[in-house]
Amino acid sequence: MDIFLQQIFNGLTLGSIYALVALGYTMVYGIMGLINFAHGEVVMIGALVALAVMAPLAGSGLPGPLVVLIGLAAAVLVCMALGATIERIAYRPLRNAPRLAPLITAIGVSIVLQQLAMLIWGRRYHSVPRLLPDAPHEIFGATITEVQILIMVVAALTMAGLMLLVNRTKMGRAMRATAESPAIAALMGVDANRIIMLTFVIGSGLGALAGVLVAANYGIAHYHMGFLLGLKAFTAAVLGGIGNLPGAMVGGLLLGVIEALGAGYIGDLTGGVLGSNYQDVFAFFVLIVVLIFRPSGLMGEKVAERA
Amino acid sequence: MTVLLEARGIGKRFGGVQALHDVSLTIRRGEIYGLIGPNGAGKTTFFNVLTGLYPRDGGEVMFDGEPLKLGSPHEVTRAGIARTFQNIRLFANMTALENVMVGRHARTKVGVGGAVFRFSSARAEEAAIHRRAEELLHYVGIADHANDLARHLAYGDQRRLEIARALATEPKLLALDEPAAGMNATETAALKTLVEGIRADGVTVLLIEHDVKLVMGLCDRVAVLDYGEKIAEDVPAQVRNNPQVIEAYLGGSLEH
Repeated sequence: MDIFLQQIFNGLTLGSIYALVALGYTMVYGIMGLINFAHGEVVMIGALVALAVMAPLAGSGLPGPLVVLIGLAAAVLVCMALGATIERIAYRPLRNAPRLAPLITAIGVSIVLQQLAMLIWGRRYHSVPRLLPDAPHEIFGATITEVQILIMVVAALTMAGLMLLVNRTKMGRAMRATAESPAIAALMGVDANRIIMLTFVIGSGLGALAGVLVAANYGIAHYHMGFLLGLKAFTAAVLGGIGNLPGAMVGGLLLGVIEALGAGYIGDLTGGVLGSNYQDVFAFFVLIVVLIFRPSGLMGEKVAERA
Repeated sequence: MTVLLEARGIGKRFGGVQALHDVSLTIRRGEIYGLIGPNGAGKTTFFNVLTGLYPRDGGEVMFDGEPLKLGSPHEVTRAGIARTFQNIRLFANMTALENVMVGRHARTKVGVGGAVFRFSSARAEEAAIHRRAEELLHYVGIADHANDLARHLAYGDQRRLEIARALATEPKLLALDEPAAGMNATETAALKTLVEGIRADGVTVLLIEHDVKLVMGLCDRVAVLDYGEKIAEDVPAQVRNNPQVIEAYLGGSLEH
């Protein structure tokens, strides 16, 4: 029982991060039908930029959470600018190209960003200073650290804010209108170019936050951390129904929990043949199952109609 | 009566097909102007050129004393032309109210910063948008459905919603593309009342319609297109008896 609860806690922490990243995929897909495979790398850049800012400040005597906040601000700003730049130079020229062209470009952007990060930060694993309170608390026999609680709370608040933005503001209305019908939205005076760029900017900002949270939780960051994280978050977005914001959140949390439970029990279930290092298998197993049995995801509908 | 819109020599070609050939017409301020013609006559094409959805191949349009920049839907809307579509094109997954609120976009100006940080000016504008959208839903008679998703509305109500959304852009000219298509007699009668009300409130109306009876009963003047050319433009009583028009409608009588 305590293993179960423990893995639920771990899964929800991980899932909160997946959800934040999945939102970036799903927002861009929703508005322009593009799977932005470079998004995982934006998350990685966010983590490394934050680290670059936090490392020299860590010994300065400033309180840890303040240092993290400064690092987060830098990461969010850099990633937002990066998201806008990627949209402008890589995707906008291909707006009316066949769908395969931007998809391949996305993979190209992803490679460029990863190599760029390798040149700047090197190939090694960087350890992230422990700046957030991480005292463990015991709940029903399972431990949860303060960092974990913080991650869940921050992710939940951010997602609530995003939902308000999308559902309650003029800008959000313009985003949803553009997602449904760019031509009609334009007829109503919505500037589609601006809305699409904003979507990238917001998604990248969420990605930067996720990158900082990952680094804070695991204490490490490296230039290829974005690849697997991005792929899993993409899985989460598909699981929830790509293009659907609440779907990305639910998909992220669910995937995190599935992965954590899988990792916790796989040893027992296979008599010790497979260890918890097989945890990555679960995410992709879920992806395959979803694609076979419910390609539109848990909360998605009529995805195929939007071409 | 002053002229609101003057189209001169509008042409449009799709590959080898000359969809519009040298079409000129004049819409006066405050009138209900009908555009009729057999299927494929080029009515909707003319509409699409006029509202900036298609680029034109020739001719020019003067609107409200200024040359209209065709080819950019956004600027056409800002200049004061709003339209509805033959096949209804609402934001299906947004509520009726939200659809109309999007229509206010062309006339409001709070940007991203305002939307995110909720400045008091942004809140005031948002409230004004909300209020105006509710008024318009009330005006077209679907206030009860404000919070229903557009795709859940009855067909006739969807048409009304599209009109409300078009009115939200504060048009000087409201262009309706077959608004009575698929409506029963009762709905059509209600639509007629609505369109008359819109004109009475100072908006000029351009109406494309298949329902000849509706056009003849509603419009002050009517133009007839046939094979991309204008073959008549006159008051309904005259158009009805124009031999060329009768010929265009396969010799059939216009007295349905």
